[in-house]
Amino acid sequence: MAELQIRTMADYMASGETPEILFWVGCAGSFDDRAKKITKAIVKILNHAHVKFAVLGTEESCTGDPAKRAGNEFLFQMQAMTNITVLNGYEVKKIVTGCPHCFNTLKNEYPSLGGSYEVIHHTQLLQDLLNSGRIKIEGGNFKGKKITFHDPCYLGRGNDVYEAPRSVMINLDAELAEMKRSRQNGLCCGAGGAQMFKEAEKGNKEVNVERSEEALALNPDVIAVGCPFCMTMMTDGVKHFNKESSVKVMDVAELIAQAKDL
Amino acid sequence: MISIIIFILLFGGGFAFFLYNVSKIRRNILLGKDANRKDRPAERWKIMTLVALGQKKMFNRPIPAILHLFLYVAFVITQIELIEIVLDGALGNHRMFRPSLGGFYTFMVSFIEILSVLAFIGTVAFLSRRNLLRVPRLVQSELNGWPKLDANFILLGEITLICFIFMMNGADEVLYQRGMSHAQNMNDGTLGLSISSHLGPLLFGGLSDHSLHIIERIGWWGHICMVLGFLNYLPYSKHFHILLAFPNTYYSNLEEKGKFRNLQSVTNEVKAMMDPTFTPPVADPNVHVRFGAKEVTDLSWKQLLDSYTCTECGRCTSACPANITGKVLSPRLIMMKTRDRLEEVGKNMDANKGEFKDDGKALLHSYITPEELWACTSCNACVQECPVNIDPLSIIMDLRRYLVMEESAAPTELNMMFSNVENNGAPWQFSQSDRLNWKNE
Repeated sequence: MAELQIRTMADYMASGETPEILFWVGCAGSFDDRAKKITKAIVKILNHAHVKFAVLGTEESCTGDPAKRAGNEFLFQMQAMTNITVLNGYEVKKIVTGCPHCFNTLKNEYPSLGGSYEVIHHTQLLQDLLNSGRIKIEGGNFKGKKITFHDPCYLGRGNDVYEAPRSVMINLDAELAEMKRSRQNGLCCGAGGAQMFKEAEKGNKEVNVERSEEALALNPDVIAVGCPFCMTMMTDGVKHFNKESSVKVMDVAELIAQAKDL
Repeated sequence: MISIIIFILLFGGGFAFFLYNVSKIRRNILLGKDANRKDRPAERWKIMTLVALGQKKMFNRPIPAILHLFLYVAFVITQIELIEIVLDGALGNHRMFRPSLGGFYTFMVSFIEILSVLAFIGTVAFLSRRNLLRVPRLVQSELNGWPKLDANFILLGEITLICFIFMMNGADEVLYQRGMSHAQNMNDGTLGLSISSHLGPLLFGGLSDHSLHIIERIGWWGHICMVLGFLNYLPYSKHFHILLAFPNTYYSNLEEKGKFRNLQSVTNEVKAMMDPTFTPPVADPNVHVRFGAKEVTDLSWKQLLDSYTCTECGRCTSACPANITGKVLSPRLIMMKTRDRLEEVGKNMDANKGEFKDDGKALLHSYITPEELWACTSCNACVQECPVNIDPLSIIMDLRRYLVMEESAAPTELNMMFSNVENNGAPWQFSQSDRLNWKNE
């Protein structure tokens, strides 16, 4: 395996170069053990496609999304303004995120605070790379496998991005099975709105169990996700039904990286 | 002559009382804070045409959509016939448009009759969905009491209205065929109405002319009384959506659903803290700035309009992940409680010469509990589902903001998350200096 080529914005600046795009890794992508694998899959694809990208590294900080959804607008705006200072300092124009929450916040909630960038989700970047021929997929080890995609709320309903992840996965020659509740009608994994960081309120079921049950009813080989929080919730849900040996939960980027044997 | 006077008094009085109640609702809605929903008119007209007039979002669930379409089209088209009924009543005529419109008149009234039959079918189906089939979202316990009664009243009222129409037309048809109708005889032997020319003789064929005249008048007066009664019932009912669906969709949120409003009041504070060159705008000492919403008057007029537009169909609640998994949160109930509180505030003002007198209550806590608010995943399913573009999520968020920023009453785990974000730049306890460690792992 080739070594990952990762440069920070500071590295680029020092050498007087400008990257094509900033990869906003996000907190989960930086610290969560499972999500770090998604981050690496994205980097492998970027390296393979020779995309000149940068990360902020230790200059990156939480976008403020969980604070905002939890009602702490002060903390959100403090985070936003700090990040905007860094981003504008590097004259960032285009950002790709590994997480729909970072994607939504940077794209929609930063502009009125002085941070306007072209922001895309990593499944949209993958779609661009495939469409422009910078990566190609033929066959691969998902041929004939059954994959179902769980729409992240902040990618789907939040920003009307439904086709990018699906059009990427079509290249895998796999059978894409849709859950009854998909696209606009997709059911949340249970992590949004800062639920990830607290116990659920009293009820008769966990949301991730409800959603995993629906996905598992299709007997898929893979449940595909596009969000590190959905990843956690769906993985736990699959474990709840003791299906972790037969059903994998994978990010769309991991599917592509694995199909390309990266 | 007496009937003309009675009619004019009834109609004028009924309409005036309706307008009086509408003006109160308007006043209540305008208690809300300012919100800019007047930009991009072309887009707004388009959304209103598709979503309200065209019922676009209803068709995500085809069966109720078709049944609802019967009622909706019948309701809209029947208004044309109402013009004649009103003019007949005020001028003492009988079917005054028939001689001049001729075949078109027969076509229109016949078309309305067919729609009325479809509406009858729709209404019976809706009554059975509520009371026999017991569709889950229509029998949830949050509808116990008045909301359930309200829904059934409306449906029974619609059935009564349709019955009056057929009494009126059916009896008149038999009379006309006998040459005894008050409608001008055009030597055509029949009014030629699609349903009543069959139904009339079948039901009333054996009755005397005198009885038929009475039935026809009961139908006519019953119809107009029901229309006026219905009109005046609307402001007290969830059924007000038939009118407010139009402005409510016009003033829809045109932004991405994931985009939440940035509070300007907070921006001023944060900038003052972080940017030494920033001079915050001079605050009006009479206005107490509140972060988030505690009371209905802290919400925007659009959020209040939403609450009056809600017809309690429960599509939002049936799609809500929290509600599906047994949590207390129900987006429909958020809207119902907002409206209930707003009505209460309005009545309080009426009783105190237009000034609100503190009643020790507020929307937050007295109506909506923190447990409901904290169950929300902000997934936007409720917003997506609403056939008239109501946004329950924005109310949930504004109340959460008050809980957190004014009451410091976030759940403990969230307070830990806040302090992690503040100190480490991540919601977990990892140091920001370790943020690129994954690179070498």
